Amino acid sequence: MALITDIIISGLISGSVYALLAIGFSLIFGVARIVNIAHTAFYMVAAYCIYVVTQKMGFHPIWGMVAAVVLVTLLGMIAYKFLINPIREHEGAVLIATIALAMALQEIMAIIFTGTYLSVPSLIKGYLLILGVKVFYQQLLTFCAALLILIVLWALLVRTKLGLAIRSTAQDREVANLMGINEARVAMMTMGISVGLAAFTGAIVVPLTILQPHMWLHPLIMMMAVVVLGGLGSLKGSFLGAYILGFAEALVVFLAPMGAFLKGSVALSVMIVVLLIRPEGLFGVSFEEER
Amino acid sequence: MDLILFYSRKLFTVLKNEVLVLPSRVVVVLFFLLLLLLPVFTKDPYLLRIFTLTSIFAILAASWDLLSGFTGQMNFGHALFFGVGAYGAALLNLHGHIPPWGTIPLGALGAVLAGLIIGIPCLRLRGTYLALTTLAFPIILMGLVFAFPNLTGGDLGISGIARLARSRVANYYIAVVVMLGLCTIMWKITDSNTGIIFHAIREDELAVRAAGINTTRYKLLAFCLSGFFAGVSGGLYAHFMRIAGPSTLEVSMSFTVVIWAIFGGIVTIYGPVGAVFILFPLLEFLRFWQEYRILMFAGVVLLILLYMPDGLFPWLRNKIEKECPRCKIRSIATRKTCRVCTASLD
Repeated sequence: MALITDIIISGLISGSVYALLAIGFSLIFGVARIVNIAHTAFYMVAAYCIYVVTQKMGFHPIWGMVAAVVLVTLLGMIAYKFLINPIREHEGAVLIATIALAMALQEIMAIIFTGTYLSVPSLIKGYLLILGVKVFYQQLLTFCAALLILIVLWALLVRTKLGLAIRSTAQDREVANLMGINEARVAMMTMGISVGLAAFTGAIVVPLTILQPHMWLHPLIMMMAVVVLGGLGSLKGSFLGAYILGFAEALVVFLAPMGAFLKGSVALSVMIVVLLIRPEGLFGVSFEEER
Repeated sequence: MDLILFYSRKLFTVLKNEVLVLPSRVVVVLFFLLLLLLPVFTKDPYLLRIFTLTSIFAILAASWDLLSGFTGQMNFGHALFFGVGAYGAALLNLHGHIPPWGTIPLGALGAVLAGLIIGIPCLRLRGTYLALTTLAFPIILMGLVFAFPNLTGGDLGISGIARLARSRVANYYIAVVVMLGLCTIMWKITDSNTGIIFHAIREDELAVRAAGINTTRYKLLAFCLSGFFAGVSGGLYAHFMRIAGPSTLEVSMSFTVVIWAIFGGIVTIYGPVGAVFILFPLLEFLRFWQEYRILMFAGVVLLILLYMPDGLFPWLRNKIEKECPRCKIRSIATRKTCRVCTASLD
């Protein structure tokens, strides 16, 4: 029984984290056709940001979260403006520009904080006993915050004018442009939202993980797997795919021998099996051929 | 005697009329000569080691270009072929006691098999889906490597593999000659009919299929060819370093290959090779700045891309050569008229 609770909690939390990351990644891909490898690097920067504000400067973690989200969003928009926007016409160039950006961020963090493992205390201390399993309040908080942000994002996309602009640009960039949507500005805003989501994810997950400059690689791979599994550009797909892969990971870690080594492999194999059956992902909207 | 005279005269004419007229061809000839003559000038083991590794990685970058540049099938998991080649060669050498000249091709055949296995599911996908899915395969294999440490050595990898050759100079010559040979073969492939079909698949797959060509077969062929060349480079790497470890399968390995190839300019073969010969030694010589090394590397890549998004070498080539608007034959940029059809070049 305890094992099952453990699996459920672990799966829910990693699922929520992957969902937040994957939706941000999916958004900017849909709107601007940018495969942003540096997405999880921003998540790492946000985590370090919180470490500095809370541990080095001694502010309350809430201020750390606010500072992290604001600063990283700004950083993301600056990077987009000066590094990605000038070469957006060249797909391959954008790809390696984001890879190089991620490497640069990783190295800057490694130089400032060295490669040592750091950690950040939880926002709320203490734990709850559910069926004899310790559930830390931080874990509950992470899960609830993730759900809340997902609902806010959904409302933003479906209920507001900006959301409409984002969705229409994702569907057909040229026609959106003809309808009077400032495509460049929408892309910029989407980049901001997308990086902001990554930063927020980093902010809520940092007390549960260990800080180190390479911490962006595993989430990157899982996030990409989620996006492919759910179908590129489909928010519903990303959401569902994230929980599928999150639970697959949790099951392998807790049940299989050598699970910790195999968790990535099994989750990715799940993705490949799904793709064999449905090449466009679970909820894939097949994009129109680029004109 | 007449025969020798005939061939030497023919060589001279070819050199005069085909090579010396274009600066890019002169550069290629100089590149070949310089690489082959390097040990004559210096026996510095560090320098030879760097250039041996550079040659090995040049094969890898060119093989990525053959697959992803030419057919447009973005492969983010190129480390898979490299890793399978390296582990295959290492296991065959250690357990089968086969010498390097046998293990490297066999390891490369293993990589071809890997290309087939990932090619068959992946060919149903296209574009970004394909890129993100291929990223998964080396990671899956890496999980298996860690899960079965008895066979693969786990974290430490397989060590104690036979040397490529006795001396450093011999190692260097093996790597360089294999690199030059394989890259010439790749260039020939891309210049052949098959290569033209690869080009066409990238530009418009539907049109190629409408022309009655089985594109799936050609894409699979590209996967296998690329896998073979990458596998050879993996095998060479394993025998040169005398270790095959999980670092050959890392995500950063796949990314580095992509960076090399796009930096040099895709769909060229010579671009990725040249890029490796610039970036890899650069990374080595920045070693005295240990901490800032990768940061500088990323900075250089970002800066170059901002000014030449098509890659370094196509940009350079367009600076020194012009294409004739009438007959599409290239001439040196200082000429006013085309060297073949005398049409005006401006």
